[in-house]
Amino acid sequence: MSDILLQIDGKEVSATEGMTLLSAARTAGISIPTLCHHEKLEPFGGCRLCIVEVEAGGWTKLVVSCVYPVEENLIVRTRSEKVDRIRKSILELLLAHAPDAFELQDLAKEYGADKNRFEKDASFCIHCGLCVRYCAEVKKKNAIGFIDRGIRKEISFIPEIAARECNDCKECFPLCPTSYLQAVFVLTEGLAFSSPSSGSATEE
Amino acid sequence: MDKDSIDRIVDKYHGEASYLIQILLEIQSENNWLPKEALKRVSDKLDVPLTRVQHIATFYKAFSVVPKGRHKVHICVGTACHVRGASRILDTVEEATGIKPGETDLELKYSLETVNCLGCCALGPVMEIDGKVHGKMAPGKTSDVLKNYE
Repeated sequence: MSDILLQIDGKEVSATEGMTLLSAARTAGISIPTLCHHEKLEPFGGCRLCIVEVEAGGWTKLVVSCVYPVEENLIVRTRSEKVDRIRKSILELLLAHAPDAFELQDLAKEYGADKNRFEKDASFCIHCGLCVRYCAEVKKKNAIGFIDRGIRKEISFIPEIAARECNDCKECFPLCPTSYLQAVFVLTEGLAFSSPSSGSATEE
Repeated sequence: MDKDSIDRIVDKYHGEASYLIQILLEIQSENNWLPKEALKRVSDKLDVPLTRVQHIATFYKAFSVVPKGRHKVHICVGTACHVRGASRILDTVEEATGIKPGETDLELKYSLETVNCLGCCALGPVMEIDGKVHGKMAPGKTSDVLKNYE
């Protein structure tokens, strides 16, 4: 397999086929911020924070680097004015959900995001899917999943599986970019407030 | 809903995971809602994680994970029906059934829902019960229409 040559932030980078822009950049020591990326998991493209500007054939477009495969002769800019502006807006939107998350606050400082720009709706979950995907892909237990959609989407443990598996694992807790306590809370809620026989555990 | 009827539906689709939505739709139409036991059974039979079944069952509006009544009452509150007095229709239906939109009464007779347009604005205000359109509604007529559904 031949190497693919591309340019990231003015630096010549070689990558192998099938690599994503994000992994190519990280191998070259160029950092791109991410929230939903995890090395052991399939790319998700959920947080959109790893957005970069790509130039090919004289055109530029914005792509999400964690799911965009490398191409020959691409010119990638990870910190253009446009990219920074988009990341700032994404962070401001995420901060409406998790205003006190340290990881978000650090990034907000870097990109000048104002956490008070949008009305706060602190759900603490930014739908990065790390806990859900880790449980499914690495642990293969599927104890936690998403329910509902859009603005009502949330994570939810299956009480029967969680009661059996989660006490000895808890590996999803530290993955959470917003709060360690978020998953803990949802787990407790899942175990405490639904009896396995009631059939109403999936109720909103 | 008993296990056998769920198994029958799943077997009809040869237990193929790609038919998950079809299977859930059929259970929904037979049972009016998807009890947790049914989701669990489908998940076991198709070998699809319960989290995924639950995600799909809560994602689509066609599914309900809470009990639904035998008759689905839809009141159109789209623009055309709204200006023709849909809110008064809704008020009288709420009064007659004792439930608000999104709710189901205790006898599981009606489930009330508001919708945004049924595509027959000329008939507004429109009330749809179990797919049958009742057009040109008037507040005084709603209870007469509801009477026909037991």
